[in-house]
Amino acid sequence: MRRVAKLSAACIATAALALTATACGSTSSDSNSSSSSASASGGGKGIKIGLAYDVGGRGDRSFNDSAARGADRAEKEFGGSIKELTAKTSDTEADREQRLTDLASAGYNPIVAVGFSYATSVDKVAKQFPKVSFGLIDSVATSPNVDSITFTEEQGSYLAGVAAALKTKKDHVGFIGGVDTPLIKKFAAGYVQGVHDTNAKVKVDVQYLTHGSDLSGFSSPDKGKEAASGMLDNGADVIYTAAGSSGNGAIEAVHGVKGAWAIGVDSDQYNIPGLAAYKTSILTSMVKNVDVGVYDFIKSVHDGKPLTGNQVYSLAKGGVGLATSGGYIDDIKAQLDAAKKKIVDGTVKVKTS
Amino acid sequence: MNKLTQRIDKERLLLGIAAPLLAIVAALVVTTLVILATGKNPFDAFSDMVTYGTASDSQVYILNKATTYYLAGVAVAIGFRMNLFNIGVDGQYRIAAFFAAVLGGALTTPGWISIPLIILCAMGTGAVWAGIAGVLKVTRGVSEVISTIMLNAIATAIIAYLLQPGKLAELQAGGTVVSTKPLHSDAYFFQINTGPAGELWGFIFIAVLVGVAYWFVLGRTRFGFDLRTVGQSESAAAASGVSVKKMIATSMLISGAIAGLIGMPTLLNDSHQFSNDFPTGIGFTGIAIALLGRNNPIGIALGALLWGFLERTTNHLEFQGYDKEILGVIQGVIVLCVVIAYEVVRRYGLKRQQQRVGAELAAQAAAPTEKQEVA
Repeated sequence: MRRVAKLSAACIATAALALTATACGSTSSDSNSSSSSASASGGGKGIKIGLAYDVGGRGDRSFNDSAARGADRAEKEFGGSIKELTAKTSDTEADREQRLTDLASAGYNPIVAVGFSYATSVDKVAKQFPKVSFGLIDSVATSPNVDSITFTEEQGSYLAGVAAALKTKKDHVGFIGGVDTPLIKKFAAGYVQGVHDTNAKVKVDVQYLTHGSDLSGFSSPDKGKEAASGMLDNGADVIYTAAGSSGNGAIEAVHGVKGAWAIGVDSDQYNIPGLAAYKTSILTSMVKNVDVGVYDFIKSVHDGKPLTGNQVYSLAKGGVGLATSGGYIDDIKAQLDAAKKKIVDGTVKVKTS
Repeated sequence: MNKLTQRIDKERLLLGIAAPLLAIVAALVVTTLVILATGKNPFDAFSDMVTYGTASDSQVYILNKATTYYLAGVAVAIGFRMNLFNIGVDGQYRIAAFFAAVLGGALTTPGWISIPLIILCAMGTGAVWAGIAGVLKVTRGVSEVISTIMLNAIATAIIAYLLQPGKLAELQAGGTVVSTKPLHSDAYFFQINTGPAGELWGFIFIAVLVGVAYWFVLGRTRFGFDLRTVGQSESAAAASGVSVKKMIATSMLISGAIAGLIGMPTLLNDSHQFSNDFPTGIGFTGIAIALLGRNNPIGIALGALLWGFLERTTNHLEFQGYDKEILGVIQGVIVLCVVIAYEVVRRYGLKRQQQRVGAELAAQAAAPTEKQEVA
């Protein structure tokens, strides 16, 4: 009997502990919630930018970072604050909606949804908050208060392909895509076409890290490294990776092989501090100026004339292009410029799939 | 004697509650330490979780999430009761949801025909996918752990192959999302409008039905008894006339059929199509929830609700400036604590039982000697 008493005492003690923990919480919560609502209604100074990142978030040295740079620039110029939230691989529609709703109801305006997976949720939340301006990267939404920011990745990737075909010594190059989504296939299609238009003999390996609804290929440097090592072993010596933060692993693997080149993506990866150790292996980067898109959108909201509809950032408009940092592609500048001119004036049509 | 059984039952109940409670309190303590280590105030975090998590829209979100998680937990628990580790729930529900979505997109029949058809298609596909592992285990003795993990990868590959424009899917506006043909609006499952809090998915009632059926079949039928017997001792079950192979195959089929339901709340109530952003990994969440709920229908429900609550509130914690990784830490710690706490409590219960039996035996042994002395 004494043991039972002891046991129940232990149970009561733990329950009490649990209760006190929550009770402590509820008292301090009042001030917490009131302060957050006050700041929401007060608005504060300058512009309140909400950013909902894709998987990987700020610090992926690639796609999300590019969006972050645009927001940072806007924050510096217009004053104000940035609130950032990041997606998880296990996200459902409800999580994405929650993220956008949280931002909108806390008074953030504009709100930028970074990544195509937000397409449906942006549409839904934008209808609930018709006075808030939303920006959507890489996909197209229909609501009137959404600015859909898309890029012609295939054109930039075409140039990357031209550079790869001119730089390869073994006539063998590779492409690593994060996930076999239509978006990443645009990168692959442009790259392959660019390589073959330049030198039809060059062999191109195309590989995707994950497939279908498994989006972890955008945030797994280990998978990127493994895939790149495999391609290098197979004899490829220029590898273009469009895979979010997984690309970091690919670049690392390429750096380990002498004479091999990596082509970065989205950001100018030569200048990313986290990749400084490998920058001598980064031939160029297919820069997708998400930052320009984000900045233009925030600026338009700041100026009181929010952009809406679909803004296409093409090669002609400087939305995509090759980075020249490091000077490794200076010697082939003439060929690249010629290829660029052909795309801009329409003599070369780049395929999207 | 009567008094003794009463006491044992009370004690078992107490022990049963002690384990999860101990686990959650331990997890709370560890989480507190982790948040402290990141230099933030843990009590602010907990209070934010409570206020935010009890808001009406959060309740709807949690119930909707828990619907999915509950089905996942039950699917895994059926295997657990049988000592089968069905890791393949993840692949089973994804491939089931995919084929159900393909079928649903092609159907133009009224809802009362298409909804049952879609659900049956999902259950069938899930059962077939799990059945492969069941057959391999029965005929070739392949460990279901290995085969179901492999089948997960194969399911991913099959979906990736078929979910392409021109095969069984189409490209959506914007050119970035591929999905199956959307369901006809007649095939949408009913939902309860709770006003500004959002839509409560009607599939929650199916989940409750599944829970009741799980409890009834396992606890109140001959089949359930056989299943639990095989789980506890295969040789004993075989000796008492239960066909172990048949039980393994059947329980894999049932586990797979329930796994097929996991994607249905999302498909019929929310997305209405299977696209390349269909949620993944819920099968693994189901393993954690089944562990947390001790394979008990009500325990699994509580575990599923807790999981939904944690996801909802930690999403908001990120908004409040806490690190987003905190969710993973809390969930991981809870599962670890649960496993440890159950083992600790089980050993403690075993020790107490041994002591009691020992005491009774000693008393019995002492009694006759007394009589002898008197005689």
